[in-house]
Amino acid sequence: MSLILLIEQVLNGVQSGIMLFLMAAGLTLIFGVMGLINLAHGSLYMVGAFAAAAVAAATGSFLLALVAALAAAALAGCLIEMTVIRRLYDRDHLDQVLATFALILIFSEGTRFLFGSFPLFLDIPSALSGPVMLPGGIQYPLYRLVIIGVGLAIAAGLFLLIARTRIGIQIRAGEADREMIAALGVDIAKLYTLIFALGAALAGLAGALVGAIQSVQVGMGEPVLILAFVVIVIGGIGSIKGALIGALLVGLTDTLGSVLLPLLFANFMEASAATSVGSSLASMSIYILMAGVLLFKPTGLFGEA
Amino acid sequence: MTRETILNTFLFLLLPATALAAFALDEPFIITLATKAAILALAGVGLNIALGLGGLVSFGHAAFFGLGGYAMGILAAHAQSYTPLMESPFLIEGTKSMPVIWLVALVVSALAALLIGALSLRTSGVYFIMVTLAFGQMLFYFAISWPAYGGEDGLSIYVRNGFPGLNTLDPLTFFGIAFVILAAVLFFAGRLARAPFGLALSAARQNAERVESVGLAPFRLRLVAFVISGAVTGLAGALFADLNRFVSPTMFSWQTSGEIMVFVILGGVGRLFGPVAGAALFILLEHVLGGLSEFWHIYLGLLLLLVVLFARGGMIGLIAGREVAHD
Repeated sequence: MSLILLIEQVLNGVQSGIMLFLMAAGLTLIFGVMGLINLAHGSLYMVGAFAAAAVAAATGSFLLALVAALAAAALAGCLIEMTVIRRLYDRDHLDQVLATFALILIFSEGTRFLFGSFPLFLDIPSALSGPVMLPGGIQYPLYRLVIIGVGLAIAAGLFLLIARTRIGIQIRAGEADREMIAALGVDIAKLYTLIFALGAALAGLAGALVGAIQSVQVGMGEPVLILAFVVIVIGGIGSIKGALIGALLVGLTDTLGSVLLPLLFANFMEASAATSVGSSLASMSIYILMAGVLLFKPTGLFGEA
Repeated sequence: MTRETILNTFLFLLLPATALAAFALDEPFIITLATKAAILALAGVGLNIALGLGGLVSFGHAAFFGLGGYAMGILAAHAQSYTPLMESPFLIEGTKSMPVIWLVALVVSALAALLIGALSLRTSGVYFIMVTLAFGQMLFYFAISWPAYGGEDGLSIYVRNGFPGLNTLDPLTFFGIAFVILAAVLFFAGRLARAPFGLALSAARQNAERVESVGLAPFRLRLVAFVISGAVTGLAGALFADLNRFVSPTMFSWQTSGEIMVFVILGGVGRLFGPVAGAALFILLEHVLGGLSEFWHIYLGLLLLLVVLFARGGMIGLIAGREVAHD
């Protein structure tokens, strides 16, 4: 295996990790501040992708499509927060899991009703399509580089938002003691809606960005949701830094595992058996990673006990 | 008799009454639906031991359901192709005998539950939910990418497995088998809840520190409960596979975990007959709403949402009121 291929796969892993981070950041914020486990986060990812695909098909503009994805997901987030999610903050996790599971059913079937069962396609804008030459003679798709950049910029923005702004102070205070900040005059209901909408918008953006690489279809959100869960379990629930590191770890393990493990087994097995054992193990590798982290730190890498 | 006892008796008789009525009216499809309800109820009873009694919100019970299904699929596939499962170090043949398959399904899923439980129970709360979910997904992807037993396409078994002395091809007989197992497990689960073990487990759910302070180990109680729970769900998986004569990775999917949980919740968490009520209602809805609209999951979602938000005791809670015995 050549070094060039390896570097390409590392970049792919980083790209999928960064997109996972956009999902995981919202989940972990929502859990950290409101104590809510939100299974419907994957539905918001799907809403973003569908909104982007529909707007791109109507207008032809990728930028408008991204704006639509952000707006649609944030709006859907506000809507479900104010009608359903709000009633769940004081409930136990079981109720939260079930109510948001019910939301998945409603979102998935609703989307199937509106758009049909066939996948939609969202094209990469022509300005961003095609490969670029990286130093060292590596050809890499420009679009994937751009979304790595966008993701990193958003991660930086999120850190600044939480560390430096007034809203960020309120978010951190909300994590520490929600009664207290309500007593200090912060409109806690509005803050919660805002955080939920922020998380939703990030998920919707990730859906639209990834939707241009993969197809846009009903049920696309749930595999990503489960990966995002693995990410925040590894990183520690409630920690944005943990979400970033966890997302990169999961993205890299997933991508590199599926390339390297079959090659590794080929060294001491016959080719067909090596491919099947290697790919089976690769598909399990992130869960093995998670189990390993939990064995040593049951609250994740950056979680508090 | 309390209202819940009367309701339980009614629910218990509902399934065989439906099956017998369908037999009299010569509607084999309805018998199959009743069988499906009994088997799914069994899976729910299994989950309820962990969820209701132990307070362990497992979102990965599809792992055991699927393992039970694949235990049946793999054994029967080897039997129908006359190839041994394993030749060295000793010979293992496939089998078409239900009791053997059930035993294997119980043992395999119990062992998996021991392993998954030992790891997952190190965590609690929301971590536990996500970790069990992730283990279920791990087996799901394994089943998809392991080509030996059909991979993504699953395995078909041409003829239903046999039970000594019974004609399992007859729908009513197969319903009888599933129902007797459900009844036996319900009896066992009812006894378990009142036994010292069940009481200690229930206490560990309510206040783990106090249980610890009287010298019991909550971790061990929970692990045992998780193993029993997984084994029962695994048995249900083997029966479900036999009902469909087909296994596929879908049995491992997170939606399956969600649905098993929905049976428990629709009926009422921690109620012995909750999963029976929930599974029967689910099958009824699937049949009635599924006939009305292709998009029946929307209505299922709305109903579930209403039950979670406004009727916290589930159906049994709505009809029979709050529990008196324990809570």
